[in-house]
Amino acid sequence: MSDKTSDSIAFVAKGTIPPSPPPASQAGVVKWLRDNLFSSVPNGILTLVALTVIYLVLQKTVPWLFNGVWTTTSLNECREVLDGKVGACFSVLTERWHQLLYGFKYPAEYYWRPNLGLVLLLVAVAPVLFFDLPRKMLIFTGLYPFIAFWLIWGGTIMAPIIALLGFVVGGVVFQVYGRSSFAAGFFGGIAAALIIWALGGMLIPEGASENAMLEAVPSRDLGGFMLNLMLGVTCVSLSLPLGIALALGRQSDMPLIKWICVIFIEFVRGVPLITLLFVASVMLAYFFPPDATVDLFLRVVIMITMFSAAYIAEVIRGGLAALPKGQYEAADSLGLDYPQAMRLIILPQALKISIPGIVNVAVGLFKDTTLVSVISMFDLVGMIRGPILASTEWNGVYWELLGFAALLFFVVCYGISQYSQWLERRLATDHR
Amino acid sequence: MSTLTDPPQEPFRLSMLVNDTRYRSLTFQAIAAILLALSIWYLGNNLIQNLRAAGLNISYDFLGNPAGYDINQRLVEYDNQDSHGRAALVGILNTLLVAFLACITATIFGVIAGVLRLSNNWLVSKLMAVYVEIFRNIPVLIWIIIIFTIMTAALPGPRAFRGDDPASTMVLDLFAFTNRGVYIPMPWFESGIFASATMNWLLVLAVLVGSFFATRKIEAWATQKQEATGERPKTLAMVLGVWLVPFLLLMVIMGLTWEIPALKGFNFQGGIKIGGPLIALWFALSIYTGAFIAENVRAGIQAISKGQTEAAAALGLRPGRIMNLVILPQALRVIIPPLISQYLNITKNSSLAIAVGYADITATLGGITLNQTGRAIECVLLLMLFYLTASLVISMVMNIYNASVKLKER
Repeated sequence: MSDKTSDSIAFVAKGTIPPSPPPASQAGVVKWLRDNLFSSVPNGILTLVALTVIYLVLQKTVPWLFNGVWTTTSLNECREVLDGKVGACFSVLTERWHQLLYGFKYPAEYYWRPNLGLVLLLVAVAPVLFFDLPRKMLIFTGLYPFIAFWLIWGGTIMAPIIALLGFVVGGVVFQVYGRSSFAAGFFGGIAAALIIWALGGMLIPEGASENAMLEAVPSRDLGGFMLNLMLGVTCVSLSLPLGIALALGRQSDMPLIKWICVIFIEFVRGVPLITLLFVASVMLAYFFPPDATVDLFLRVVIMITMFSAAYIAEVIRGGLAALPKGQYEAADSLGLDYPQAMRLIILPQALKISIPGIVNVAVGLFKDTTLVSVISMFDLVGMIRGPILASTEWNGVYWELLGFAALLFFVVCYGISQYSQWLERRLATDHR
Repeated sequence: MSTLTDPPQEPFRLSMLVNDTRYRSLTFQAIAAILLALSIWYLGNNLIQNLRAAGLNISYDFLGNPAGYDINQRLVEYDNQDSHGRAALVGILNTLLVAFLACITATIFGVIAGVLRLSNNWLVSKLMAVYVEIFRNIPVLIWIIIIFTIMTAALPGPRAFRGDDPASTMVLDLFAFTNRGVYIPMPWFESGIFASATMNWLLVLAVLVGSFFATRKIEAWATQKQEATGERPKTLAMVLGVWLVPFLLLMVIMGLTWEIPALKGFNFQGGIKIGGPLIALWFALSIYTGAFIAENVRAGIQAISKGQTEAAAALGLRPGRIMNLVILPQALRVIIPPLISQYLNITKNSSLAIAVGYADITATLGGITLNQTGRAIECVLLLMLFYLTASLVISMVMNIYNASVKLKER
């Protein structure tokens, strides 16, 4: 037996071997490809099919997109420039962009007015969308509808001021009397606002709009993507309070009010928006007083608002139903009356639950504003199908125009849905 | 010791109508009823005055008058001397046709896209995500117009099929894709049992329905046998036989032949013509709604906990059976309610036919008939009535189906 280590152990490593990189099949691009694209034979086939589809689509669109011509004045010139090559004729966009955005009748020298309206809109909705911003900005949000109305339609500044005054007086009356009794404040506020509007209407002199600071633009001259945006924003913001009221009415214990709401909601949800637009364009005029002429824009706004209010009401009803009964009972046990319980406890929670649904309705509604082209209003789609494609210069440029319209809608709608997902994450208070 | 007595009866005061919860709801309802009655009276009064001023009255007589316009795509016999009522019927059938076709294809697209979006394959799932986002975020009207443009502007005219060396040829010598529509072979019976073609087709339908119920009987019998003995008898051959034998027999007896479309003169003759507007509407509604259904399917499958798959696998079930017996039955409960709303949406969106000139009910009754007769109120009311009925029927049928697949709890 030997004592020497060298006799009992043949070899001892003196240092550690440096780690070697994993085999190529276990790391990096190859592993990722094997895991995600070629994990099995059917999977590999699926990948190849998908690649073929992508190749076919890109092979058609990429040359078309990059050979695009931007600076001609008609389709024929475009074809001459392209000289048989595949390529888009984007000149129609550069030449007609103002028609696509503002319609063909809005006076060109006043384009700054809707532009300014859009910029102010972004400022006005910012505090609503991002609630980290200072709350004082909400005052501007409240003023915005009146400013935007005056900017876009022009005319006498008295009309929006008196409308605003009515709301302010109504609000003050509600604040004062609503403290003792909600009903007294509510009905008193409405009555006060109505009185102000009636008195103010008499005060505006005849023909005040003719020599106003901003020249009046009639509603029928509005058009293009501006019309889609205006309809979308107006109808969504009007239908939200109406939808909340309908949802609460449907949950109400009072049978009469409940049944009015149920019938309204089910009726509106059962018919397509087009028939409601027909109602706006051919039928609603019969229901106004004989001497009144209510313009088409307002009639369309009324019908679209009713339409989306019914859908929003159902979404909010889902939110209300999802609240545990304990929340209602807790509110009762605190001694809150119905308006207080709703405003402070129930609605904030129910609305939070309904955000995805409300955004769905809003996106759907914005897309549906294109349907007004069916009742011959010249929104973005109406402009494309009507004046632009019918013109001799641009008869036949379908893809560029429709692609542009699709792109505009995609950007706006995708943006809204991404915002709602951010909002959901932001409002997630149940740390699951 | 104290005795409980009834609280003293308060005399009724007027302020209790607002402040006392016992009477308050009555007060509000009375106010609502008065407001409702007033607004109905106001609107009705305006309506009567306006109608009188325009010299009109509410009357549905116009439905019996000759329509005087032609309809290209139709399922029943119609010519321009038929009544407006008949034209409306053609429109109704066209609406139902496109809604039915689009519901089927949208479901197929939606299920495929929804399942593929959950695929392990990164490329495929991303591709499906792109499909869903693109189609959900662009208005369906734009899709309808785009596909209609492909149909009319990009496909060759019938003239391109002519000559010895034609620019376009028919697919398999059976289908012709032209800018006027797609022509496909038409089946018809040489020696039908009935004189009318419709009755013969109803007979075929009856045989198929009979086969369906016979198959259900066979499956029930197999299940019963399995429960009694533990062995499931093989039913595939029997099921195939029940489906094919009576059907083929009937086809031979009635003498099924095909009429192939052929180029004659300036256009294709024979076969079934599926017009461009129908295809545009059908296809656009399918891919658009398919994107929404894909999301519903994905949510439904994701709602089933992974433990269910693992438990089924632990029992030794093969992947196909896991999907059929464990995942899908549970996922269907989540998928079906939103699917109902998607079917309703398809039916309602089919009214966009008016944008591409497909003669559905909105285009006939709400379009040409309304413009010709000026009967706005009557036409719009009938239109609404039709869509309300259709919506109610669809949701009723689907709710019955929903009740049959929903979780049975004690």
